[in-house]
Order: sequence, then C-alpha cells, then structure tokens
Amino acid sequence: MFEVRDLTTSYGPVRALDGVSFTAREGRVTAVLGANGAGKTTLLRTASGLVRPQRGQVLLEGRDITRTPAEDMARLGLAHVPEGRGVITELTVEENLRLGGLHRPARTRAADVERICRLFPVLGERHDATAHVLSGGERQMLVIGRALMAAPKVLLLDEPSLGLAPRIVAQIFGLLRSLVASDGLTVVLVEQNARSALSIADVGVVLNLGKVVVQDDAAALAADEKLRHAYLGF
Amino acid sequence: MPTTTETAEKAHAAEPRGGLRRRWGNSVLPRHLTLAALGLLAVTVVLETTGSFANSQLASMAYLGIAAGGLTVLTGLNGQLSLGHGAFMAVGAYTTALFLDGDNPLPLPGVLAAATLVTLLVGAAVGVAAARLHGPYIAGATLALAVAVPGVVLHFDRLGGEQGLGVRMPETPAWVLDAAYFVTGSELNPTKYVAYIGWAALVVTYVLLANLMRGRVGRTWRAVRDDEVAAEIAGVHLGRARVLAFVVSTACAGLAGAVMAMAVRITAPSGFSLTLSLTLLSAVVLGGLGSLTGALIGSALLTFLPHLVTGVGVDAGLTDVRAAELAPAVYGLTMIVVILVAPAGITGTVRNLWRRRRGAA
Amino acid sequence: MQQLLTTALGGLTLGAVYAAFALALCLIWRSTRIVNFAQAPMAMITTYIALVIIDAGHSYWTGFAAALIGGLLLGAVVERVVVRPVEGKAEINAVILTLGLFILIHAVAGIVFGSRYRSFPAPFGVRGLTVGDTSIALTGFGVFTVVAVVVVMGLLVLLFRYTEVGLRMRAAAFNQEVARILGVKVGRMLTLGWALAALVGSLSGLLIAGGSLVHPAYMDSVVVYGFVAAVLGGLDSPVGSVIGGMLLGLSLSAVSGYLGSELVPLAALVILMAVLLLRPGGLFSHHAERRV
Repeated sequence: MFEVRDLTTSYGPVRALDGVSFTAREGRVTAVLGANGAGKTTLLRTASGLVRPQRGQVLLEGRDITRTPAEDMARLGLAHVPEGRGVITELTVEENLRLGGLHRPARTRAADVERICRLFPVLGERHDATAHVLSGGERQMLVIGRALMAAPKVLLLDEPSLGLAPRIVAQIFGLLRSLVASDGLTVVLVEQNARSALSIADVGVVLNLGKVVVQDDAAALAADEKLRHAYLGF
Repeated sequence: MPTTTETAEKAHAAEPRGGLRRRWGNSVLPRHLTLAALGLLAVTVVLETTGSFANSQLASMAYLGIAAGGLTVLTGLNGQLSLGHGAFMAVGAYTTALFLDGDNPLPLPGVLAAATLVTLLVGAAVGVAAARLHGPYIAGATLALAVAVPGVVLHFDRLGGEQGLGVRMPETPAWVLDAAYFVTGSELNPTKYVAYIGWAALVVTYVLLANLMRGRVGRTWRAVRDDEVAAEIAGVHLGRARVLAFVVSTACAGLAGAVMAMAVRITAPSGFSLTLSLTLLSAVVLGGLGSLTGALIGSALLTFLPHLVTGVGVDAGLTDVRAAELAPAVYGLTMIVVILVAPAGITGTVRNLWRRRRGAA
Repeated sequence: MQQLLTTALGGLTLGAVYAAFALALCLIWRSTRIVNFAQAPMAMITTYIALVIIDAGHSYWTGFAAALIGGLLLGAVVERVVVRPVEGKAEINAVILTLGLFILIHAVAGIVFGSRYRSFPAPFGVRGLTVGDTSIALTGFGVFTVVAVVVVMGLLVLLFRYTEVGLRMRAAAFNQEVARILGVKVGRMLTLGWALAALVGSLSGLLIAGGSLVHPAYMDSVVVYGFVAAVLGGLDSPVGSVIGGMLLGLSLSAVSGYLGSELVPLAALVILMAVLLLRPGGLFSHHAERRV
C-alpha cells in the first residue's frame, strides 16, 4: 500500500503540490491525472525523495518514508520510472537492467535479468546493445523492466505513454495490467493521456494546480462527462 | 547559492544612490572624473609622505590594479575567464623594453600607447578564437597561453633569453622635475616618478573602464554573461561583444605590463609565470568579480599582504624562501573560501551587509 | 634516422604520461563536469610524499605506493570537502575553485618542502641502449613508464566494465538522478571517481619525476598538456583521452626534437586552438556540433 498525506511541495515561491492526499491500494493501478503543470510529476518526485516536501507524509506499507533519501527507496521497495524514460543511453541494455537490481542478492541477478528479458523479448534480443540504439517504445520497456528488477512493492510510473505510438502504449499497458494481476504489484500511474490511463486503472485521482479535485473509481471518472471536459481533455 | 557574478552584480545595481549622483543627474562621467581627481590628489599626498620603499610598492599596486581592472571587466562583466593575463602583461612589458631601447627612445606617452596597442592586437587575435569557447575550455586555452609565452620569449634572441631585457627609464622631462619641485618641495626620484606614471595610468584606465561598464557596452556584456539566448534575441552580436571585452581587457594588461617593466626595470620570462596570471585572478575574486573597487582592493592585498605574512612566517621560524610562499597560500585559501562562502567577494559582501543593515534600520 | 627513432621513443613515453594525466582529467570531467586544474599540484605534492619516504631510506617502491595511496586520499578529500558544494553550480565557480586549490597546494609545497629543485630517483636505468656504436633512446625507465600506464589503464577498464562498483560509478557519471533512484549512492561514487582520478594523476606525476628534478611547479605545464590531450580525445571519452595523450606526446616530442623545446608549450596551444575551433568534439567525435 502506498499513501500520501497532505503532501505539499514548492519550487521557490511556486507551490507545485498543495496538500495532496490519496491512497493507492495494493494490487491496484491508481492513475493520477491532470493537465500539464497540475503537479503530477512533482508528486512522484516528492514521493521518491528527489524533492523535499514542505509538509506532509509519504507512507509505504504504513511506514513513513518522507525524509528517506532517494537512493534508499529502491531497497525499501519503491521504484520510480521518471518522465522522459530515464534510460542511461551510454550503458548497454543489460547494464541498465543490472542497475535496477543493485540491492538484490548478486547470485540471483542473472536469473532476474533473464526473467525481465522473457517479459520483454525485445530486450533479450538487444541484450548487449548500447541503449541509445533503442526506439522509444523499447526504451520504455527497458525502464519498466529495470524498475521490475528491484522486485518493487510499489511502482511509480511517470507518463509512460509520452511520445509512443498507440499500439505500443496498448502493449505496455496490457503488460502492466498482467503484472499487477500476477505479482500483486501496486502501481501509481501518472498520465496526461487520461483516456488510456483510465482504461487500465482501478482508481483515478485528478489533480489541478497542485490540489486533488476528485478521486473515484476509474469507471466513474470516465463516465463523468463534465469532469472529463473540465480536467481530462477527452 | 547565486553565482559569483550575479551576486556582485545585484549588489552593484542596488548601490545606494549618493548625493553626488543626484546632483549630477544621470551623467556618470562627471562623477567618475571627480572621483579620479580626488584619487589622484590622495595618491599625491601618499606618495609624497612615504619613503622610497613604499613608493615602489605603490607602483606595483598600480600595475597590478590596472591588470586586475581589465580582468574584472572580462570575468565579472562578460563571464569569460582568462588565466593568460600574465602573458598579455609580458607582451606589454617586452614592447616597452624594446621601445625604450636604442638611442632615440619614444617619449613616455608614446611608449605606453605602443605597449597598449601591441597587446591589444595580440589580444584581438586571441579574443577572436576565445570568443567561441566557454567555461573550462576558455580557461584551459588561456592557461596554455600563459605557459606558452615564456617559451616563445626564449625562442627569440632579441628578447634576451632567461636573463631578459633591462629596461631603460625614459629621462624625466625637465618641466616635470620643475613642476614636481614647485608643487611638493622635494626632488622627484625615478621610483616616485614611476609610481606617479603608474597611478596616472591607473586612474585614466579606471575612468575609461567605469564609463564603459555603466554605458551601453557594459549592459551588452552583462546581457551576454547572464543569458546568451536572450541577448542574441535582443540583437546583441555575441561574438563581437565577447571579443570587445577581451580586447579591452588585454589592452589593460598591456598597459599594466608597460608600467611593470618600468617599475621592475627588467623584463624576463620568469616574471610572467603562470603564478602571475593566477594571482591576478585571485585578486579579482577576492575583491569581488566585476567591481573596479574590488580589483583595487585585490591588488592592494597582492601588494601589501606578502610583506606582512612573510614577516609572520619568518617570526614563526620559517626561512625567507619558505615564508614567501605564505602569501600565495593565503590567496589560494581565500579564493576557495570566497567561492564557497561569499561568492560576491569583499566589495559585494560589504555592500550586502551594508544594505542589510540599512534595510533593518 | 636515429633522431626520428629518439623522437618517436621519447614521444611514446611522454605520450603515456600525458595519456594518464588526460585520463585523470577526463574521469573527473565525465562525472562532475569540472576540469580539475588542481590535478597538477595534487600530483606534485604526492610525488613529494614519495620523495620524502625514499630520502628517509625506504625503497623506491614504498614511496611509489605511498604516493599513489596519498593521491587516492587527497582526491577523495578534495572532492568531499571542497568540490562538493560547487557541483552543479555555475561552471566559472568550479574553475575558480580548482585554481584556488592550485595556488594553495603550490604554496603549501613551497612552505613544507622548499622551492629548490630536488632530484627524484628512478627504479630503472635512464640511459639509452647502445647497439653497436649508435645509442637508442630506449631506456629501462621509459619502458617502465609505458608498462605502468598500460597496467593502470587495464585495471581501470576491468573496474569500470566488469565490476558492480564500476557500473555504479558509470551510472552516477552519466545520469545522477536516475542513478539515485536506482539506489546508487551518487555522492560516494563521485568521491571515489575523484580519488581514482587523483591516483592516476599521481602516477603520471611519479613517472614525469623519475630520474629527473622535482620542484613545486614541475607539473604545471603537464596540466596544460593533459588538458590538450583530453580535449583532443573529446574530454568525455577515456579511450579518446588515452589516444589523445599518445598523439600529443608524439607531436610534442617531434616539435621538441626538430624545432626546439622552448616551443613545445606554444605547439600545445596551437594544437588546442586548432582542435577547439575545427573539431570541438575532439578528433573522434561523430557530431561536430558541440558547445565548448
């Protein structure tokens, strides 16, 4: 379970996140939606310790991780896939994957890499290639695979559909859905593309100007025409 | 933490507008000229009331101040770093030595102008290349220049090799001697004469630099330093602005080299080592980048601090040679501390404190 | 012919040293975007440490090891204490900071060890081979220099390519934020990077000093040559730095042999400017457009 309480973050005088609270339940996909500048990315960056909040708490399975440094999050079971992919393009596909499993026992590393490559066969084919030769979709698979290397309890995904062809987005989202079903993974999915996100999410949280406007079942949100027009753009 | 130059600049912008400023309206030239006249008067009083050793120290302060003034314009206002100003001083110094040589040397103003001009041309050539470089690259390139110039000097026999060239002092014109005697009531010795030349050159340089800095050119330089893209959109030709800053700055170094040649009486490669370039940089960093007052304070420290700390070192039981290294140790350490703690340098920090106190009152 | 051979052999030896120094600059540049101009005096002071130990009657190798370890520690301390606060800040501040360190370490060496020239021993002969009646400038120490540099580079390749620490260090150098969220202690990796770089720098200091004279300024020109070599190689690429170092060593050796040693620094300056203006990304870059 992943929870934020009254989370507030500012960049200088600009308040990017203003008292945000919600709970992402175990084995569910929670979509965080909203327009550009609503505070979605800041929410994830604050949650994973890259940005210090002014106030509020972040709880991972009931444990307060608000002041935990970002480099300790992976060990605690929180994986963050940043916006813009975050592939380290100078390293090979395999090295990128290995980085994901740094805190896992070294002897299972090879097996972990193999497991991810089974999940994403393209990565297996490109195993020794430098990551900068990968396409956008392959890079997205690589960063998700890398996050899964850590065997996280909670996965924070920032705009995984950004710049990808609809077919690829569908493929990635389908895979995510099956992972949630099989491993009981908790996913917090930040998306501007609300329609696709709601199609795989169980719950939706809508942000506007750093505040939660509404949170409800994904199906209910998708059915609310007024809300869709006002905040979700479809 | 704000960048070094920004802080100094902000402090500068918020400088309290004094009474003089109000009286003269927006024109800065009369204000600078008044300050210059007052400065010259103060220099005269000091030079006349101190002995020969202090006079020669003040001459050193003058040439360091001229070079540091040029460097602070380049680094503080335009954001370019030069580790090669010692090399440009060498160009000025050797030009001076050559022009003062021979049976019919040029008169003094001609020599100073020639040294400035020759250095300016060399500076323009380097500046055109350097204008395309940034940060560490320009630092590395000018560092290479500082290391290369002494070797080049050795390559040409005419320049006197390791021993260097002796510098013949120009005859002090009779009218100057008469005027000096008439005004001060004492004989003008060559040491004092050079100190006067140096300070006159410094005052002229600073008035020119101060006007440049406050005017359109200075605004252009700052614009390029703060945001290249914005400056370019505003119609500033980036390359031209950078080259101009470099040329102005090297011209100052050339003039400084000329005064140095006369003050030291000899120009040799060892006088223009990398240390000189780095010490100049430390002077402008200590004083506060982009401020002429800071450059002057920095050069005063460079001049008077060594004597002081060397004395302390000798008292503490160090040999003379080792104690002489205490001064650079202090510069280096202070440079580090300034960058870490007070990036605005001495003048900027004092201004900030002053503003804070006024704000509180 | 003999002159050519001498020039080439001298160039190879010098090139190996420049390559090591360029590699040190490159390692630091890659991870922290800082050109460590203080690398020269740092290497100088560790060489003095070796000299003091050797003069006290210990073996050359004890001094050698002490200098390398000293370099490792010095690099770590400098990064952690002085450089950390300016990382990611305006680049001019970092440059000024390393220059402040430059002046400070110089002066400290002058105070502690004195400014006079002192001779530094070499573990192998510094006389050339004699074949028949021609002498070849192939010296035992020259061979040692090349071997030492190659060995250290090989070890670094092993470290970076095949160990987990190496992987962490590379991740931290290429993308600090991503490395952090993957659990890499980036600060620690940067400290380690500086330490290793300073060790390599110290090695080049020891190799330059061997069989020659040391004084506080003896490494000053080497920082220029190392910088030029690193820029030749693109400043970002360790392999490029090494090749750049070898090329520069050969070129400067040729300048010294045929034109005069006093022109060597000028030649380095000319090469540097030519590279920066014509191929700013280094000799081996695929894309010429690069902000320098």
